[in-house]
Amino acid sequence: MSDPTRDSLTRDDVAHLASLARIDLSEAELDHLAGELAVILESVATVSSAPIEDVEPMSHPMPLVNVTRPDEVRPSLSPDQALAMAPDAEEQRFSVPRILAED
Amino acid sequence: MTSSDLIRRTAAELADLLTAGEVSSRELTEAHLERVSAVDERIHAYLHVDAEGALAAAADVDRRRAAGESLPAAAGVPIAVKDVLTTKGLPTTCGSRILEGWIPPYDATVVRRLKEAGLPILGKTNMDEFAMGSSTEHSAYGPTRNPWDLERIPGGSGGGSAAAVGSFQAPWAIGTDTGGSIRQPAAVTGTVGTKPTYGGVSRYGLVALASSLDQAGPCTRTVLDAALLHEIIGGHDPMDSTSIADPLPPVVEAARRADVSGMRIGIVRELTGEGFQAGVQQRFDEAVAHLVDAGAEVVEVSCPSFTYALATYYLILPSEASSNLAKFDAMRYGMRVWPEGAPDASAEQVMAATRDAGFGDEVKRRIILGTYALSSGYYDAYYGSAQKVRRLIANEFAAAFTRADVLISPTAPTTAFRFGDKLDDPMAMYLNDIATIPANLAGLPGISVPSGLAPEDGLPTGFQVLAPAMADDRLYAVGAALEARLLAEWAAPLLDGAPDVTSLPMPAAATKEDAR
Repeated sequence: MSDPTRDSLTRDDVAHLASLARIDLSEAELDHLAGELAVILESVATVSSAPIEDVEPMSHPMPLVNVTRPDEVRPSLSPDQALAMAPDAEEQRFSVPRILAED
Repeated sequence: MTSSDLIRRTAAELADLLTAGEVSSRELTEAHLERVSAVDERIHAYLHVDAEGALAAAADVDRRRAAGESLPAAAGVPIAVKDVLTTKGLPTTCGSRILEGWIPPYDATVVRRLKEAGLPILGKTNMDEFAMGSSTEHSAYGPTRNPWDLERIPGGSGGGSAAAVGSFQAPWAIGTDTGGSIRQPAAVTGTVGTKPTYGGVSRYGLVALASSLDQAGPCTRTVLDAALLHEIIGGHDPMDSTSIADPLPPVVEAARRADVSGMRIGIVRELTGEGFQAGVQQRFDEAVAHLVDAGAEVVEVSCPSFTYALATYYLILPSEASSNLAKFDAMRYGMRVWPEGAPDASAEQVMAATRDAGFGDEVKRRIILGTYALSSGYYDAYYGSAQKVRRLIANEFAAAFTRADVLISPTAPTTAFRFGDKLDDPMAMYLNDIATIPANLAGLPGISVPSGLAPEDGLPTGFQVLAPAMADDRLYAVGAALEARLLAEWAAPLLDGAPDVTSLPMPAAATKEDAR
C-alpha cells in the first residue's frame, strides 16, 4: 500500500479497515467488498489528477464559526428518558459489556 | 367533496378549504389514512403510520379553529416525514435494522416546526439505509415502488417521501438531500423537491449522514406547495451551529409571481448531452424553450471541475459518514448483538458484531471506504484532494453565477430504472446523482420540477434549477414559471397521467418484510 493512487485494496486491507471501523465482516463479505471497493477506489482516485495545486481545501460550504449560548440551565432529558432505549440499564446507568480483559 | 377528490388537491388548496371551513383537518387526515390503507401495500412509501397521533393533532387544530383561534395558514394539512428525522414518541429507524424500534426522546427542529404549524404527521417514510442510495433498494425494510410503474425504483434516498406525495398518500412530505435525495426522487416520480441552501433549514434532529452536505427540504406536487413548506421549516435555529441567522429569502412570493423576465439562465455544459437519456434531454430542451418564451435569456456556462464532482463526493461523504456512524456502538441505544458463543465478549466485540448484523451492504461499503480515505498515509491523496476539488467546484459555481442568475440541467440522467438493475454495480448507482451532487458540495440550493414524460418509456423526467446560496427564491420563480407553462401545454397536472395504483397488479414481492 505504498502509492495510494495506484494500488488497490487487498482482502487483508479490507479486513484491517473493518476491524478499525468495528464491523465484524464475514469471510463472504470480505471477498465481495474487496472487489467492489477496488472498482470504487479506482474511480474516486481521479480527484488527485484535478488541477488542485495551491488550492485551499474546503471542508464546509460556509466558514465555520463557533457558536455559544448563555450559560443557563435549561430542560434536558430525565434519566428515565435517556435510558428508555438503552439495550441494557442498571441503577440509572447504561449497562455495557466488559471494557477490560479479565487478566 | 369525496375523499378521493380531497387527496388530489394541492396543500395550498387544502389550506384554503380549511380556512374557509369547507373541510376539517380530521376529514383530510382520515382521507389520507384511507388512501394509505388502499395503496401502500403496493407502494410501501411508509415505514410507520401514526393514525392515532395524526388524528389527535387534526382534532386539536379543528378545536382551535372552531374556538376562533388565529392559526398558521396551513394548520390542519397533514404531512409525511422521512424516517431520518427524529420524532418524539414515534419510531425513527433511518431505514436501518440497527435502529429498529428506536423511539427518540426528542423532536427534530423541522418536526417541531411542523407541529407548531399545526400539521398532523401521518407517518414516517421509507428510505435507503441512513440515506445511502438512489433507489430505496438499500432500505432494510424493503424497497418503495414507483407509483408510475411498480417494477421500478422511486429514486432515493427519499423514495418514500416522493412516492407518498406522488401516489396521493400525503399532500406533502419532508425529505433530506445529501447528494440529490430530494431532487432525484422528485424527478423520477413526477413530483417537486427542493434542497434549500445549506444552513437554511435546521439539521438538529436530522440523523447525520454527511454533516457538511445534509439538508432537509420539501417534497410536494407543486412549486407553490414547496415554497409554503420551505417557509414553515426554514430559518435560523440556535440548536444547529451551521444554521444561517439571516432571514429566509421570499420563497412564497417568488413562487406566486413566477416571473423570469430578464432572468439569465445558464445551461451547464458538463451537465447536459452525453450520458443523459434522449427523452430526458428532449424534455429539458423543451423546458428551456418555455423559459425563453417567458422572457428568460439563455447563456451557456462551463464548469470543468464538475467532471470530478462524483469522485469528490464519494470521498467526502464516506469520510464524514464513517465518523458520524461511529455512534452506533450498541451501548446507549439501538441494537445490541453478542458474538455467537461468546457470553463474555468485550464491548468492542459486541460493537463489531452489532454493526455487522445491524448495517446493510451499502452502509458497510461506505464506512470502510471512508475509514480508508481518512487513514494515515492516504488522507492527503484521498480526503485532502477531494477537499481541494470541492473548493474548485465552489469557485466555478461562483464564476458561473456572475454570468447567470440561475443554472439549469436535467435533474437525473435517466428515468426510473428497474429494481435490481444497478444493485450490483455501485458506480452505476452513484451516477444517478451526477447532476445533483455539485450543489451539495458547494452548499447551494436546488429544485427539481417535472418536465414531462420521456417519449421512449413514458416515465417522468425532471428539470433542475440551481441558485446562489440564500437565493432560494430564484428556484421558485423559475420552477413556478416553467410549471405554469407546462400545465397550460398539458392541460392537466403530470400526475393525472399516472396509472391508478389500486388497479395495478400486486407486485411479486411487495410485502413489507421481503427485503432480505
